[in-house]
Amino acid sequence: MTISRREFIKAQAALAAAAVAGVSLPLGVLSAARQTPPPDADIRWDKAPCRFCGTGCSVLVGTKDGKVIASQGDPDAPVNRGLNCIKGYFLPKILYGRDRLTQPLLRKKDGVFDKEGNFEAVSWDEAFDVMAEHWKKAIKRSQAENKGKSVDEMTSRVGMFGSGQWTVWEGYAASKLLKGGLRSNNLDPNARHCMASAVGAFMRAFGIDEPMGCYDDLEHADVFVLWGANMAEMHPILWSRLTDTRLSRPDCEVHVLSTFEHRCYELADNPIIFTPQTDLAILNYIANHIIQTKSYNKDFIDKHVQFETATTDIGYGLRPEHPLEQKAANAGVGKKLPSSFEAFAKQVAPYTLEYVSELSGVPQDKLLRLAKAYADPNKKVSSFWTMGFNQHTRGVWVNGSCYNVHLLMGKISEPGNSPFSLTGQPSACGTAREVGTFAHRLPADLVVKNPEHRAFAEQIWKLPDGTIPGKVGYHAVLMHRMMKDGLMNCYWQMCNNNMQASPNLNEESYPGWRNPEVFVTVSDPYPTVSAQAADLVLPTAMWVEKEGAYGNAERRTQFWREQTAAPGQSKSDLWQIMEFAKRFKVEEVWPPALIEQVPEYAGKTLYEVLYANGQVDAFPYEGQITDSRGNQYPNHESQDFGYYVQKGLFEEYRRFNSAPDILKKGHEMAQFQAYHETRGLRWPVIDGKETLWRFREGYDPHVAQFNPEVEKGDVYFYGNKNGRANIIFAPYEPPAESPDEEFDLWLCTGRVLEHWHSGSMTRRVPELYRAVPDAVIYMSKDDAKQRRLRDGQMATISSRRGTIKARVETRGRNRPPNGLVFVPWFDANRLVNKLTLDATDPLSKETDYKKCACKVERA
Amino acid sequence: MNRRDFVLGSLRTAAGVGLLGLGLGLYSRQASSLPAWALRPPGALDEDRFNGACIRCGLCVRDCPFEMLHLARLEQPIPTGTPYFIARDAGCEMCEDIPCVVACPTNALDHALTDINDADMGLAIVSDQEACIAFQGLRCEVCYNICPLRDDAITLDLEQNLRSGKHARFIPVVHSEHCTGCGKCEEACILDEAAIKVLPRHLIQGELGKHYRLGWEQQQQAGGALVAPDAEHRYNLPEGMRYEHGGEGLIEDSTPFPSNPLDTLNKP
Amino acid sequence: MHDYPGQSATAEQGWLKAHKWLILRRTSQLGLLGLFLLGPIAGIWLVTGNLSASMTLDALPLTDPLLLAQSMLSGSLPVMSGLIGALIVLAFYALVGGRVFCSWVCPVNLVTDFAAELRRRWAIRASGRLSRQLRWWLLGLVLLFPLATGLMAWELVNPVTMMHRGLVFGGLWGMGLAWLVIAAVFLYDLFLVRRGWCRHLCPVGAFYGLIGAGAQIRVTAARREHCDDCMDCFEICPEPQVIKPALKGASLGLGPVIRSQDCTNCGRCIDVCSKDVFRFRLGRGSAVLPAAPASETAAVTAAIRRSSSRQSNRSGNPPISRSSNRSIHLTHSNAGNSANASTNATH
Repeated sequence: MTISRREFIKAQAALAAAAVAGVSLPLGVLSAARQTPPPDADIRWDKAPCRFCGTGCSVLVGTKDGKVIASQGDPDAPVNRGLNCIKGYFLPKILYGRDRLTQPLLRKKDGVFDKEGNFEAVSWDEAFDVMAEHWKKAIKRSQAENKGKSVDEMTSRVGMFGSGQWTVWEGYAASKLLKGGLRSNNLDPNARHCMASAVGAFMRAFGIDEPMGCYDDLEHADVFVLWGANMAEMHPILWSRLTDTRLSRPDCEVHVLSTFEHRCYELADNPIIFTPQTDLAILNYIANHIIQTKSYNKDFIDKHVQFETATTDIGYGLRPEHPLEQKAANAGVGKKLPSSFEAFAKQVAPYTLEYVSELSGVPQDKLLRLAKAYADPNKKVSSFWTMGFNQHTRGVWVNGSCYNVHLLMGKISEPGNSPFSLTGQPSACGTAREVGTFAHRLPADLVVKNPEHRAFAEQIWKLPDGTIPGKVGYHAVLMHRMMKDGLMNCYWQMCNNNMQASPNLNEESYPGWRNPEVFVTVSDPYPTVSAQAADLVLPTAMWVEKEGAYGNAERRTQFWREQTAAPGQSKSDLWQIMEFAKRFKVEEVWPPALIEQVPEYAGKTLYEVLYANGQVDAFPYEGQITDSRGNQYPNHESQDFGYYVQKGLFEEYRRFNSAPDILKKGHEMAQFQAYHETRGLRWPVIDGKETLWRFREGYDPHVAQFNPEVEKGDVYFYGNKNGRANIIFAPYEPPAESPDEEFDLWLCTGRVLEHWHSGSMTRRVPELYRAVPDAVIYMSKDDAKQRRLRDGQMATISSRRGTIKARVETRGRNRPPNGLVFVPWFDANRLVNKLTLDATDPLSKETDYKKCACKVERA
Repeated sequence: MNRRDFVLGSLRTAAGVGLLGLGLGLYSRQASSLPAWALRPPGALDEDRFNGACIRCGLCVRDCPFEMLHLARLEQPIPTGTPYFIARDAGCEMCEDIPCVVACPTNALDHALTDINDADMGLAIVSDQEACIAFQGLRCEVCYNICPLRDDAITLDLEQNLRSGKHARFIPVVHSEHCTGCGKCEEACILDEAAIKVLPRHLIQGELGKHYRLGWEQQQQAGGALVAPDAEHRYNLPEGMRYEHGGEGLIEDSTPFPSNPLDTLNKP
Repeated sequence: MHDYPGQSATAEQGWLKAHKWLILRRTSQLGLLGLFLLGPIAGIWLVTGNLSASMTLDALPLTDPLLLAQSMLSGSLPVMSGLIGALIVLAFYALVGGRVFCSWVCPVNLVTDFAAELRRRWAIRASGRLSRQLRWWLLGLVLLFPLATGLMAWELVNPVTMMHRGLVFGGLWGMGLAWLVIAAVFLYDLFLVRRGWCRHLCPVGAFYGLIGAGAQIRVTAARREHCDDCMDCFEICPEPQVIKPALKGASLGLGPVIRSQDCTNCGRCIDVCSKDVFRFRLGRGSAVLPAAPASETAAVTAAIRRSSSRQSNRSGNPPISRSSNRSIHLTHSNAGNSANASTNATH
């Protein structure tokens, strides 16, 4: 501090005088007394991506005496350039909630496990012993049931629910254990609730997952269209980039579409509130407008697009006996039929301005303005969407219909022209999608259904042929149904809070978890709602208490090192997965026929087969991790297993996406060490170079590889064999449940800026808790008045499935139109998912958390 | 008892009571001043009148559904027994039916206040722009999000963040004509010490010189120029140049064609 | 002589009867406090607010008229509920006796009664001399303040409201420095002036006395002929000067009803009298005995006037002669227990 003693005394005297007078001083007087402290020499700084949303901001983490005591936005990070949102500002505090779990806890009565007992502290050994006992029993039952079945018909009674907040290697290790070791495809991430529809649409349209563009689109677009994305709150830093472009770029305009007014409407040049579900119709209207006005890019369509049409009347992903499923002609059918431009034009023709305006409740001039923005060949349009599109009973369709519009205009794969699916979680892309922790997937876009893909995975994993089952496992919602029905008996949830997040939890989730035939393990740093409903709770190292890697929404993979030790006996999810694998001998989980192929595996544990396999354990661990500046970091997994676990797993994973013989190109990644030396790289990384815009010659080296004749700067959609992207017609179909006489309001759920998902971390930060303590019912003044409710008054909100109480908020940041209420789901004291309906998109199996019928009454 | 005793006795009592009165008077002047950090419930009369009118019954405190009002205790530097709240601890939730005012048996909380949006408990001020992370470009806006009169009492000024070059800053701005001083912003401010504070209005508000008007505002209010608009301006300009009065100023009229037609004709 | 007032009453009629009104009074004081505390402690909100103003069952408003008067004098108009509340309170005390507030409601009475009891037990006889007229001066001051300054200055220090408010809004441990004010009143009463607060200073009591000047519930020395001059009533009475005209005024033709507005209707004289001299009665009775000769009326009136505290009579000279007073004193002088309770005030 360069402040003299005299100045200091003066400033102190002024402060004291001001305190006596009860007056706050003007800044000039105080400025002498306060200066930003210079970098503290005692603090070790290192980079890490933010723990929260899919934006992927980077922060610098300051550690002193083994404790994270400081943080700052990373000024050198390309995404955020030193900035953070309010959650990122408080990152260190999420590690130090007062009620961190520090030891395994098992429900016990009289010293032994009892489903109805109280939680008691147990050792890791006892925890895994009890857990393995249950898992082995369930696996034995599965083996008996699978006798005589082909690998494509196998089912399993064990499953795991993972996370888009897992590190890349945690997801990879889990996928390996479940699919390769325990032969169960019942592995699904919470990204099922979040990104599954986006994935489905990417695969259907482009044959390869994840956005073609990157965040630089935010600086290059003339027109931004937000479809069911409240970026202002959910992607705060991206929103500040979008806003900056809106402020600085001449003629830039912002269109915002949602079913209620939210913070993004502050910037909207064309604010649009539409009736839930009619986004399908609006997109078809835009396509129709483009065709009617002959604005479409004929050249592009001829060269790069193929037309298809979706199977319709596909149901709502409910239990098969549900009347809606009985009624549906093609429940769950995702088959696409070939089509043509002319057929497509005919299909969208009924979606006229008048019809869609009527259906959606949007004034014609607003719809027209939106359509014109897309149809203007001189305007670069970027569409952004998140849960409004994805959590939708026609999520895959609506994602696809947005691609249709962009493809008709050829506005894709170049700076500023971008249909951009934003992710909600820090590694929804990096872990859930790329590593393949979905029930149907294997690493790098491979799928379990494809025998060739399975064989490739088995070869990399050094497993006997036919180890990986070919039948798609249970997805998130189905897992709960299966548990309730007693068909799945072991469930391990990691790195998320599904008892709070899953839909219709009164009728499906909770009965499933508490089913006496089911053993539920929850790994978490905190006693969440899920932990309360579990049988075994494992204390987990979080964020920078382990070495990790996340992949954000623009395909950027970012690494961090372990900065600090986790409290008590907490261990990372990775450690837990690998350690648990030690509990299984191959003989206990594989049939003899499988072991005969690899006699050298006989008598070995799954840990030895899957992890100590000569690949994962290929890199020695020197006792600490040292960075280029000579700083040293711990690594508790490597310490325990004796080799550089993360590096081994990542390098084995790279065999799926970066080796010469890979099945699907386009996911190439750099070597492990490269990521520790950068603020992340956007894949495909080819010859050490990142790819900003995929599918376009010049930006993406794959284009010329797949299509040597490609013209300079032209596109080639190499994810599909014919190099063409698919325009798939999908009609408007009504939602699963709409308001009626009794339940007369739409219920939409979602997040707020201050809290992350279920609030298990952010509600433990006192400042964030104070800023937004409780979930409220955002509703219109008219609706409130009609129900004799005043602002701030306690009300009950109920659906056919449950009831909760919350205060009414008519002046809040969200301003629903009459007929719709919005309730955030972060509040563990007000579980709004008791109310939501477990209707999913039949194609993506993603729940529609945005639409069900409810009523609000005076409490 | 004689007359002298009586007079003397009375004088003594009068003198004693007088001294007592003087003491009480001096104490009351000091004890009746409200510190800047304590705020009155909605509808409170101005401080001097409030101190006369309030009978310290605490009915307002009891009728507050959010329990954020308190009665001052003797040792507090707030007039003893009067209701107050501290914004940083818990601000006023601005109930539509204003139960605290309804409960008041005197008019210390003025029953003429029927619309809570007209309340004037104080005025918010972003008191420290150096500490406020919104000014640094971080996405906070907690004060704005929580403001019951968001977009009226607090708005966000969007500015380019010249340091980062890519991001916008969302600067909270308080508007005195709408702010009720409810204190929710100060309560919610996530800093260790709030950078937005609610203080008595007179401590914060400035006043424009009585002689001066803001021209553009007056013009807008009047719906046109207050004096006759200018006659048309004409300018000496080289070819290809225009000048826009009151608009862009000097404009170069550009076309896709070079000024020399031969350049077009001889174009390779 | 008795070791304590009411000793023979207790011995002859039983403890309960000798404490009947005390018990009822404490029940009333604590019960009212309890009603106010029921809300904050148990969440049962029968009554909200405090003695300054309260609302019972969301229907019955009660307002302290002295406070409302101050509020109005400061230039503020009350609202209807406040006004109605004050009128109800006025009417009630006008009927039952203004200073019923002091003995049956006021929480400070618990403190000052305790101080008086200790004073008796510890035989603290010394007492500072203070005019009982002071309270009237103070009442004037209290009302003058808001008028002159617009401030309700008295409420900044008023121990009565401070104690009740402190208890109701803070609980025993949440009263803060208000305890010191209460302790000061206690110590002042204990060591400096006997019954110094309630009898000499408290303008609230003075105000309520004024309200109740014409109250219809009165103590009467109905069986004064049975008085055995034990002096217990004088010793126990918080305003002993009010007893004499009624008890000893027969010879002067004065009626047996205690008509002074200073009487707090506490009923302790009834309790402690073993001869059942006193009882409550309805109606004020007449000042003089019907048999009193007309010629004596003037003298009687004068006597009454002298006996009342309004007079400048700084000692509240009893209407009975000094000699008779002294005789009483002498009668009991052998008892260590001071019978000059009455004389203290007369000096």
